[in-house]
Amino acid sequence: MATTMITTLDRSSRAAARGLSDISIRNLFIIPTVLFLIVFNIFPLIYSLGYSFTDFRASTNAPANFVGLQSYRDLLNDPYVWSNFAITAKYVIVSVVGQLLVGFGVAMLLNRDIPLKGLITTLLLLPMMLSMAVVGLFWKLLYDPSWGVINYALGLGNFEWLADPKMALYAVALTDIWMWSPFVMLLSLAGLSAVPKHLYEAAAIDRAGPFYTFFRITLPLVAPILMIAVIFRTMEAFKTFDLAYILTSQPTAELISIRLYKMAFQEWQTGRSCAMAYIVLIMVLAITNIYVKYLNKVKER
Amino acid sequence: MRKLVTSVLAGIGLTLACGTSVYAQEKSLTIFWAEWDPANYLQELGNEYEKETGVKITVETTPWSDFQTKAFTEFNAHGDAYDLVVGDSQWLGAGSTGGHYVDLTDFFKKHDLGNVMAPATVKYYAEYPGNSGKYWAIPLEGDAVGWSYRKDWFEDPKEKEAFKAKYGYDLDVPKDFKALRDIAEFFHRPDQKRYGIAIYTDNSYDAMAMGFENALFSYGGELGDYTTYKVDGHINSDKAVAALDAYKELYKFTPPGWAKSFFVEDNQAITENLAAMSMNFFAFFPSLINEASNPNAKNTGFFANPPGPNGDQFAALGGQGISVISYSQKQEEAMKFLEWFIKDETQKKWAALGGYTCSQAVLKSPEFQNATPYNKAFYETMFKVKDFWAVPEYAELLQQLNQRVYPYIIGGSGTAKETLDALAGDWNATFKKYGRGQ
Repeated sequence: MATTMITTLDRSSRAAARGLSDISIRNLFIIPTVLFLIVFNIFPLIYSLGYSFTDFRASTNAPANFVGLQSYRDLLNDPYVWSNFAITAKYVIVSVVGQLLVGFGVAMLLNRDIPLKGLITTLLLLPMMLSMAVVGLFWKLLYDPSWGVINYALGLGNFEWLADPKMALYAVALTDIWMWSPFVMLLSLAGLSAVPKHLYEAAAIDRAGPFYTFFRITLPLVAPILMIAVIFRTMEAFKTFDLAYILTSQPTAELISIRLYKMAFQEWQTGRSCAMAYIVLIMVLAITNIYVKYLNKVKER
Repeated sequence: MRKLVTSVLAGIGLTLACGTSVYAQEKSLTIFWAEWDPANYLQELGNEYEKETGVKITVETTPWSDFQTKAFTEFNAHGDAYDLVVGDSQWLGAGSTGGHYVDLTDFFKKHDLGNVMAPATVKYYAEYPGNSGKYWAIPLEGDAVGWSYRKDWFEDPKEKEAFKAKYGYDLDVPKDFKALRDIAEFFHRPDQKRYGIAIYTDNSYDAMAMGFENALFSYGGELGDYTTYKVDGHINSDKAVAALDAYKELYKFTPPGWAKSFFVEDNQAITENLAAMSMNFFAFFPSLINEASNPNAKNTGFFANPPGPNGDQFAALGGQGISVISYSQKQEEAMKFLEWFIKDETQKKWAALGGYTCSQAVLKSPEFQNATPYNKAFYETMFKVKDFWAVPEYAELLQQLNQRVYPYIIGGSGTAKETLDALAGDWNATFKKYGRGQ
């Protein structure tokens, strides 16, 4: 019964009464989406690939000259760009690992019968419902050395979280961890609650220790869903812009997306920034592919 | 059903009625500017114009941080949303060579604006390329960097005595950069949550450049030669190196966390009792003499950027000229507005509303100079200002300056000489890329 409802039209429905067939309804839903994707995603993607081989500047009326791979060559030889990539890598590792530890830890704590569990879970999800820009502005106030709550609470005096070149990137990562750990927690909770209870019972009968149970039962079974969280968070962390842009202007915290924004919309080096965007795209694709391969392996086990 | 039809019809009727009323007022002009007080003053001036001519003036604004991006996005799309733009002085190159601005050379010559407006404003807000005799904007809002200070701290007899004992001369408005540094050091008392000085350090647009330029120009240094594009021996000269070190020295006496500060933070330094002296554009001084926005309004004084060790005295230029956008459908109407704007009586009104006129006649009049505590400092400054590069690729040059100078001043990496040598290398490469002066 359920399958027939999904695949064919209910004869008594208004759509059927108007003579719409299954196929036309399917098209009605899919074609606009596909058109939207082509116009706003695929077309600009291909068009910008063309621009990346020119010295086009959107701010002038001068025609674009074909320069071949010049932009790619210059960018990959630019020490600043490499330092932007190194900063981004550091940021991604710190923030994703932090989110995994915090998110999974909180999920483990919540995965039992405690009073007000639903309310606590909902409250913990609040940070990720806020806008990135708003979180950035809030945390800028929290980190403020003169009147910020963080220094006051931790008794750090005038410690300069965002003005200290060594600390700024970690301060941004910390904010990101605060904001997105709930996301990892949510996925982990789903994974944890799907682990069959009888496995734990069997382990208990065999007198397995808590560590053994965790590493041999819980982790392997939650791993696939945890991998999905890692993929999502890595991609998101790789393209972090608003949070870092609002919080700090330290060159030691200049992520690749901020460099790209400056190149494209402040310096108007349109051709070169297209090339840069492609370099970033290829990197994200490569990293995601490694993850997906690994995810499939984990699933096979 | 009938009810529905009636209400739909009523709705259509209302829309048409509104539509026609908008249509009736087809004579209107839209001016694009950044979101700050002078834009409100310009709107008031525009209202006067509407009273006289019936042409409605709308000043549209956007926050400073995305003013450049938004304006050029509109230009690049050849949009006619705005008829005039009050563009930053650095945009002249990009605006003129990109075909976004209408050539105003004939208008300029016809009204002899080269002699009506203060020379520096003509040179930096209107002419591009330098010394070419081609003009693209009418100087609208003059602006430069000046200083505000806490008069009550400076005039405290105990402080005066302690200062004289320590430095051997009287505590007063700084006569040169050395005195500026000494006073900053003197008032820097982190244990009392009082700090010496507030300077510009933000590296996201031109704040860092404007701040450093104040030291650079007064030390007798230059960014480079604006006609030959030669930078070696200018930006990395001994004078420039000394100026960079002087600016870095001032950073030591700033309030904590002063690593991303621009005009908002620098005014806060005075209103929140953080610093003894604060650098800022004159355009932001009106809120410092307003008791509603500055509890220390009565105790706030102002001075012009002090001279360097060799007696040179200059300041970094801010300010904007107004240009007609070449994609506008109402260029003729826009020119009429400009003709009205440059009249002497309009310029007087503009100054009275709070705008910083560039008209020499108004600037030199005693009524202007005595109107506020900072107008005299403004008048003195406007005749000794210098600006950043105005070439179309200025944003790249700014970015390179930020990349080199910021880590040195804030992070303390390298030496001043290494920093400026590297910057000269970057700028040479950029000028070479665009085929300038080779």
